[in-house]
Amino acid sequence: MADMKVKIAGVEFENPLIAASGTFGFGHEYAQFYPLSTLGGISCKGLTLKERAGNPPPRIAETPGGMLNAVGLQNPGVDYFIAEELPWLREQSTRIIANIAGNTPEEYCEMAEKLSDTQVDMIELNISCPNVKQGGVQFGTTCTGVEGITSAVRRHCTKPLMVKLSPNVSDIGEIAAAAESGGADAISMINTLTGMRIDIHTRRPIIHNNTGGLSGPALLPIAVRMVWQAANRVKIPIVGMGGISKWQDAVELLLAGASALQIGTVFFSNPYAPVEILKGLQEYLDRAGLHSVTELTGQIRPY
Amino acid sequence: MKYEVKLCEIIKKAEPVPGIFDVTVRAGEIAQAARPGQFAHLLVPGKTLRRPISICEIDKGTSTLRFVFQIRGEGTQRLSEFAAGDCYDILGPLGNGFDLGDTSRRALFIGGGIGVPPLLEAAKAFGKNATAVLGFRNAAAVILQEDFEKYGCKTLLATDDGSAGFHGLVTDCMKDEPADVIFACGPAPMLKAVCAAAAQRGIPCQISLEERMACGVGACLGCACRLRRKDGTEYYGHVCKDGPVFNYQTVVWEG
Ligand SMILES: Cc1cc2nc3c(=O)[nH]c(=O)nc-3n(C[C@H](O)[C@H](O)[C@H](O)COP(=O)(O)OP(=O)(O)OC[C@H]3O[C@@H](n4cnc5c(N)ncnc54)[C@H](O)[C@@H]3O)c2cc1C
Ligand SMILES: Cc1cc2nc3c(=O)[nH]c(=O)nc-3n(C[C@H](O)[C@H](O)[C@H](O)COP(=O)(O)O)c2cc1C
Ligand code: FES
Repeated sequence: MADMKVKIAGVEFENPLIAASGTFGFGHEYAQFYPLSTLGGISCKGLTLKERAGNPPPRIAETPGGMLNAVGLQNPGVDYFIAEELPWLREQSTRIIANIAGNTPEEYCEMAEKLSDTQVDMIELNISCPNVKQGGVQFGTTCTGVEGITSAVRRHCTKPLMVKLSPNVSDIGEIAAAAESGGADAISMINTLTGMRIDIHTRRPIIHNNTGGLSGPALLPIAVRMVWQAANRVKIPIVGMGGISKWQDAVELLLAGASALQIGTVFFSNPYAPVEILKGLQEYLDRAGLHSVTELTGQIRPY
Repeated sequence: MKYEVKLCEIIKKAEPVPGIFDVTVRAGEIAQAARPGQFAHLLVPGKTLRRPISICEIDKGTSTLRFVFQIRGEGTQRLSEFAAGDCYDILGPLGNGFDLGDTSRRALFIGGGIGVPPLLEAAKAFGKNATAVLGFRNAAAVILQEDFEKYGCKTLLATDDGSAGFHGLVTDCMKDEPADVIFACGPAPMLKAVCAAAAQRGIPCQISLEERMACGVGACLGCACRLRRKDGTEYYGHVCKDGPVFNYQTVVWEG
């Protein structure tokens, strides 16, 4: 049987499947279905320095092949996470990634400092949330913004630092390179693509925030393309995500250049998705006679 | 078990009113764990999101669940096309359901349209101590009247056009009905009026709410609803996990 372990920024994951931030809460709900150690890791719901109430409803709209969300980073704040959620998460025998978003560089740095003193395995810098006025994406869409926020946080962060990129940019390769030169240990991508749906009877947007972030299968080809473009520009490992719903999608993103993967929206239709994807991936590796899942990374044969 | 995903075979299907489907499924442990007022999340093949449908009736003896749903769009359309012998992929039972308390109290069940089905199982528990006031557009839209009657509930109809029962709103129809507790489900304007009546009469009242859902289990924070704490401060709770049934005093009506 092929080895499923992967190493990202010095952190070893039992397998390459990580729950994507915001789709898995702090793990309690899906622990009903299987031990959380089924997953290589969990990226927790995006945290802010202070508690956030989130956006008014409706926050959800279905779309062809996907969904929009505008949760607006509802979360109990970083201190609550450290005191009340992390101790339990730590006992689940899986890697724990803290996903953070701030209004200002100072807030990001303060959160990174607080989390550096805890047992989290990695910090994921969310500079790509499209659903709050301030809270990341203003840092995530220009190269100077990305490099600036990454290097600022780097100075306050003793944990491995992963920067989560927004797809709402014109040149993802440049953005990835900016994160790398800012001192990121890894990149995760992609966050949601900004979208909109309108109720044709009321002529109102379905989501109260008017716009929301597109996730789910509709995102897959964009994620594959962007991971491929970023992999061509940077040496640091890439954690790929966006629309994975079956093992074949996982293989595609690995071939495009990802070293590990996150899955999110698929949980909503199939809570058992990680079990099924891992099984399919394992069988694919075995059929191909590969010894390790790491042998797939970047093995695309482009024209 | 709290909740589970399971393929549930359809053993009975009917269309009592055009566009409304009445489906009974074999649901194993989901039926054993289910409580009145909870809901299930039904997979629609090819769709990104499941569809939340309330549990209308629970039969623990046969481990079956009954759903009554209306076609509202593509998802419910697809679910209506399943035939007896086909299986729904069901995640459930979800949510907290009604807190029945002492069933020897006089209970008033107020339902509007497709908000009627979620009340049946709870009304069943109260039997002859229940009065059901069920509101519909017209006589042709009436569903579940015989079911409430079968379980001994005093059943009153109200229709918008007077073609069956009381001509007018359920809140006017319920005025003179004695009650120690109220349970309600239906469109927001109806629920608001029921809550106002409950407040005025000083009767405890539980209402079942709807919101667009993704995960259905409390992980994605998608199904927010504005709630009020005891100290008066407000926050966003979640219909799938904190509800769908709420004490009316905790709900803040928005918009
Ligand atoms: C807790 C709960 C219990 C429910 N119980 C019942 C029931 O017993 N019988 C019944 O007929 N209906 C019930 N509904 C409403 C039912 O879920 C919607 O009518 C259904 O999801 C519409 O899906 P669609 O694809 O046909 O419509 P579309 O409008 O095409 O759906 C698009 C998206 O919006 C969502 N959506 C649309 N309307 C609603 C709504 N009113 N509430 C929540 N999500 C919505 C859908 O789930 C889907 O994600 C319940 C809703 C909730 C939240
Ligand atoms: C309901 C919801 C909430 C999300 N919240 C966050 C968040 O708090 N922080 C973050 O970095 N990404 C968040 N995301 C984005 C996901 O982590 C992921 O990048 C995106 O959904 C694409 O992957 P998927 O198609 O597999 O879901 C959220 C996505 C969804 C659907
Ligand atoms: S639908 Fe995900 S929290 Fe309610």
